[in-house]
Amino acid sequence: MRSSLTSANRAGWAFALPGIVLILAFIITPFFLGVGFSLTNQRLISPNATRFVGLENYREMLNIAVVDLQAKTDSAGKTVTDADGQAEFPRLRSITRNPDTPQYHGMQEWFRWVSGDTAHVVIASDVVFWKALLNTCIFVLMVAPIQAAIALGLALLINQKLRGITIFRTIYFMPVVVSIVVVSLLWRFIYSGQNGLLNNMLSFLSFAHFQPVDWLGNPHTALGAIITMSIWQAVGFHMVIWLSGLQTIPPTLYEAAAIEGSSKWQTFRYVTWPGLRHTAVLVLIVITMQAFAIFAQIDVMTKGGPLDSTQTLVFQAVQRGYGMQNIAGGSAISVILFLIVLVISMIQRWLTRER
Amino acid sequence: MADIKLRGLRKSYGAHEVIRGVDIDIADGEFCVFVGPSGCGKSTLLRMIAGLEDISGGTLEIDGERVNDVQPRERGVAMVFQSYAIFPHMSVRENMAFGLTISGASKAEKAEKVQRAAEILQMEHLLDRRPSQLSGGQRQRVAIGRAITRNPSVFLFDEPLSNLDAALRMDMRMQIGKLHKQLGATMIYVTHDQVEAMTLADKIVVLRDGLVMQSGSPMELYHNPANRFVAGFLGAPSMNFLEVEVLEADSENAKVARHSMDPIVVPVRGRKFAPGDTALLGLRPQYVTPSTPDEGVLHGQVSLVERLGSETVVDLAMEDGTSLIAAFSEDKQFERGERIDLAFDPARTHLFHPDE
Ligand SMILES: Nc1ncnc2c1ncn2[C@@H]1O[C@H](COP(=O)(O)OP(=O)(O)OP(=O)(O)O)[C@@H](O)[C@H]1O
Ligand SMILES: [Mg+2]
Repeated sequence: MRSSLTSANRAGWAFALPGIVLILAFIITPFFLGVGFSLTNQRLISPNATRFVGLENYREMLNIAVVDLQAKTDSAGKTVTDADGQAEFPRLRSITRNPDTPQYHGMQEWFRWVSGDTAHVVIASDVVFWKALLNTCIFVLMVAPIQAAIALGLALLINQKLRGITIFRTIYFMPVVVSIVVVSLLWRFIYSGQNGLLNNMLSFLSFAHFQPVDWLGNPHTALGAIITMSIWQAVGFHMVIWLSGLQTIPPTLYEAAAIEGSSKWQTFRYVTWPGLRHTAVLVLIVITMQAFAIFAQIDVMTKGGPLDSTQTLVFQAVQRGYGMQNIAGGSAISVILFLIVLVISMIQRWLTRER
Repeated sequence: MADIKLRGLRKSYGAHEVIRGVDIDIADGEFCVFVGPSGCGKSTLLRMIAGLEDISGGTLEIDGERVNDVQPRERGVAMVFQSYAIFPHMSVRENMAFGLTISGASKAEKAEKVQRAAEILQMEHLLDRRPSQLSGGQRQRVAIGRAITRNPSVFLFDEPLSNLDAALRMDMRMQIGKLHKQLGATMIYVTHDQVEAMTLADKIVVLRDGLVMQSGSPMELYHNPANRFVAGFLGAPSMNFLEVEVLEADSENAKVARHSMDPIVVPVRGRKFAPGDTALLGLRPQYVTPSTPDEGVLHGQVSLVERLGSETVVDLAMEDGTSLIAAFSEDKQFERGERIDLAFDPARTHLFHPDE
């Protein structure tokens, strides 16, 4: 059937044109360019011509292996130990520079674990990429459930008829409308190791027993600090989505439950939560996508450091592409991120499908 | 089982008073119907009894206990809503067992009570369906089933049938009537529909603007309306009100007349009139009969005829321009524009003051 919408309609196309052009120029074209670049050795500025390299960039990035190192033994066949009584292992170079194992050539250690006289060492050609991938996954796994849960809690709290409830809605939503860059800068002061608000508060609450921590300068706390701040920043946005879901539940269902004698928790379990199924899918997918794309916080607060403890995929992609002028490498990371997000959202949709 | 007492019950939303001092007594096992025009506060009153609305003033007693501040679940009431309010993600069985699930009843108890309720409502074959797979009438039966399984002492219904079509409404009306006989519980039922009110009620309470206009058995209200509002509200088509002049009056009867109507003597039913007063003569359409030009009291031209088969409703334009509705209990043929003459039994009329 040809309706007036599907038939050629010049005015309609004319109105749509600016949008189509922008989407083509800034989303569709870059997407295909990115996929294309990732198969070449394209650099930002280079005197040499670009060459097609196939999957070389991906191979280089994803190349990972586990090698075993045997503890050193003395002439009597006893394990050599250091001052702490730990077994001593040969240096990794003995493998990565060994002409007998060319497949490990140029690879570096990511981490290792020791069992008895053997050290299992995970080595990768591109350790920073793997660190970024792991950090991103940790970030997503922490942020998605915690942010969704806190947002739901807030939504339940503000979904009440109380005087002045809009003030709370506004307060919780405020961080969302402030630029993430500004928020990140502010939180740098909060997390500051010298005179940061957080250190001061903890020290006050513990009667000065708390030893100040440089939250963003310590590899053990930096990622956690960024996760906390990110959860806080966007929680208001998801609260609003939950709230809209809550308001689609007919009030008579709550009244029916109240008359049937349902407690607060039972009402949540039997009325609210089942009514929020579709909202839950939406919130989880949106948070997951946003979390995978984390960039601004890292760029402003830590630049991936210290010791690569806050490297993330998007930050790596940008750093490689523009910082190191390696457009091909940055593109390859973007494509991998795209595939991960695609797979995860497909799994989420499948898990939450209508049965 | 429980009786319900409302004493000076009031409800305001801000400065706006919606229920303005209501006294009602509902006996144990009685079927009480609240009727009244839209916005008169029927639902509000019912929800106050259920505990869904706070009570601003007065007292509410259920089974001799003041329950103004008691939680809904502790009042022993069940409620059926106009919009069904059944849980969309639960099967019919789970819906009906909801109250039992909440109170932690055993599986066997749930199964038994759901089975019994399903038998009463003739819906055993629907138990495993989801609400989305049910018709409106079936959904409402689920809601009623959910109320039954908890075995409450008071059932509250807020216009339970108004979303159903006419045939189904009648069917469900009879089911609810039967249910009341079977369970013997106290029931309060809110409706717009006169037929539901007249057929189901042991007691009808007519409300208007948050006040009780009259309460009593359906026939009492029909034959002895306390005021013009109740008289006009009950009965379909509604009562005619003709402006008349009082010629003579005593404590029993009054002689009234109007232009183009010969003087007649009608009962005053306790009201006081003086000669010269203007009054309203209430005349039910059903009590008007066709007559001859000589014997007829009212004369006019037919302006509209509605033939319903069992009944013929005629809109008569009288000489002075007022219109009168007459309902004849047979199928009668009238032409538009035809002149007809009508008579009525003066003893069956009501005389009201115009400002009632
Ligand atoms: N939450 C509320 N806030 C303010 N006014 C309200 C509220 N709920 C009801 N009212 C008012 O109270 C009055 C009675 O409402 P109610 O719903 O009880 O009427 P009703 O008799 O059930 O009408 P209907 O037959 O249309 O259902 C109406 O004037 C309505 O506007
Ligand atoms: Mg109502």
